[in-house]
Amino acid sequence: METLIQAAYLIAAALFILGLKQMSSPVTARRGILWAGAGMVLATLATFLSPQIIESDQVSINIMLIIIAIALGGGYAWYSGKKVAMTDMPQMIAMYNGMGGGAAAAIAAVELLKASNEAAHDVTGSSTVADMLGADVAILGILGAIIGTISFSGSIIAWAKLDGRLNRSKLLPAQHIVNALLAIVTVGFAGAIYFTNSIDTIIVFYLLALVLGIFITVPVGGADMPVIISLFNALTGLAVGFEGYVLGNAAMIIAGIVVGSAGSLLTQLMAKAMNRSVANVFFAGVGTDAAATSGDGSEGVMKEIQAQDAGILMSFASQVVIIPGYGMAVAQAQHKIWELTQILTEKGVSVKFAIHPVAGRMPGHMNVLLAEAGVPYDMIYDMEDINADFKNTTVALVIGANDVVNPSAKSDSSSPLFGMPILDAIDSDNVIVIKRGRGTGFSGVENPLFFADNTKMLFGDGQKAANELIQAAKEL
Amino acid sequence: MIEGLAAIYIFMLAGFTGYEIISKVPVILHTPLMSGSNFVHGIVLVGAMVALGIAETTAEQVIGFIAVLLGAGNAVGGYVVTERMLEMFRPSEKKTEGEGS
Repeated sequence: METLIQAAYLIAAALFILGLKQMSSPVTARRGILWAGAGMVLATLATFLSPQIIESDQVSINIMLIIIAIALGGGYAWYSGKKVAMTDMPQMIAMYNGMGGGAAAAIAAVELLKASNEAAHDVTGSSTVADMLGADVAILGILGAIIGTISFSGSIIAWAKLDGRLNRSKLLPAQHIVNALLAIVTVGFAGAIYFTNSIDTIIVFYLLALVLGIFITVPVGGADMPVIISLFNALTGLAVGFEGYVLGNAAMIIAGIVVGSAGSLLTQLMAKAMNRSVANVFFAGVGTDAAATSGDGSEGVMKEIQAQDAGILMSFASQVVIIPGYGMAVAQAQHKIWELTQILTEKGVSVKFAIHPVAGRMPGHMNVLLAEAGVPYDMIYDMEDINADFKNTTVALVIGANDVVNPSAKSDSSSPLFGMPILDAIDSDNVIVIKRGRGTGFSGVENPLFFADNTKMLFGDGQKAANELIQAAKEL
Repeated sequence: MIEGLAAIYIFMLAGFTGYEIISKVPVILHTPLMSGSNFVHGIVLVGAMVALGIAETTAEQVIGFIAVLLGAGNAVGGYVVTERMLEMFRPSEKKTEGEGS
């Protein structure tokens, strides 16, 4: 039986790796998640036969509890996962990730409680947790407990912030110093668990780690949240891998460490795409408020265009590049934009979508939103692939985006955006900007593109404007 | 079962594997891939089941129950949202337009 279970874990681990590999290409991605899902079902079913569970004194109660817990936790997650809107996807991922971290921390808690209980009732009376578990298991178990707990409480804060339930970015004065001290104390208690057999120490340790996760995450700015979520994702993976070692479970070790390293790399890629460093996100998060004040008034005037004229311009264009921003998703205009795209394509216009790495609320989020509207992924271009093509573009249509097309990121070294890579919409023959009003973008920085000679503004709600464009294009 | 040097080998190889898998992923897939890797560490459910399975005291059972509850949430939720996102990624129906990526 033991061999069978190990074989099931091995197959599951292989399916996870192959599944993740396939998920890194849009052509095979769908198959990838199905494979990984099959691996998960296999591993879960095999675990019910595990001798550790079957030979327990309380086998019937515990198995019943396992089934109830899976039904409750899985049922809630199934329901919420099916229901969540695509725009709210980032915080949902944060929530599920936090659950994984919490589970890893709870596994560690059971093991540590068991060990400290055994140590306290040992014949010598002075045994420690480390004596009971062995140094390697104790160290990795406690490490997994810290990491998992921080990932748990931190992810919940990330969820609350992205979901608009928590807006403050500061809890205490000198937050970073408090955090550093708290981290040191937490590590101190972690050491104390190792060298003692006190249950109180374990409880205090968990409380400290919970607070630490909260304190680390609260100061992080909303725009940096994706990096944090990705980092917590990697950390949860690591915690799962460590607890896998504690339990002697190969599938957990492999899957956890693969996610830990893949997640770390993904975090770096995201931070790079957003022109931020991971350290920056943690320690300079507060700076975003200060930077937003600059804004040196407008130069020149914005030129308005009516939807009718814009529709005609686009219908006779040779190439139209659409630059969507989160504003488009908020206005729920992506379906209308796709309809417009189809009409233009029928007229022989080449239509492309240009996605900035930070479009949406997370790298890749805008692609998901466009995919939901039905836009095929081969019409969607990354920044590096499209930027040279703006010179051959008749109309660049900017909808709900602002900072990602702001040329002052390139030209004005005093701009807070300076250095951020942008989409060179300004290089195209005409730029049409659909915008609700004349205000500034997320960063609060004035956008010279709006005053450029080749730019025309189409004021109005994204969905309404897109509708008018469709009408104008249809009538021709 | 998995101890000492063998464990270090597994940690190392798994680390390299994770790095290799991700190194060439396009930005378009960052969100689904993060969600997918989030699902994969839902394997924590298996460990949580063992933790609850070996629980003896009430305190251990309560914590083990929480572990399974959270682990199941991670695994199921991660799967559902990843699958929903990836299901939507489709290529153009007309492949002859010269629009290929």
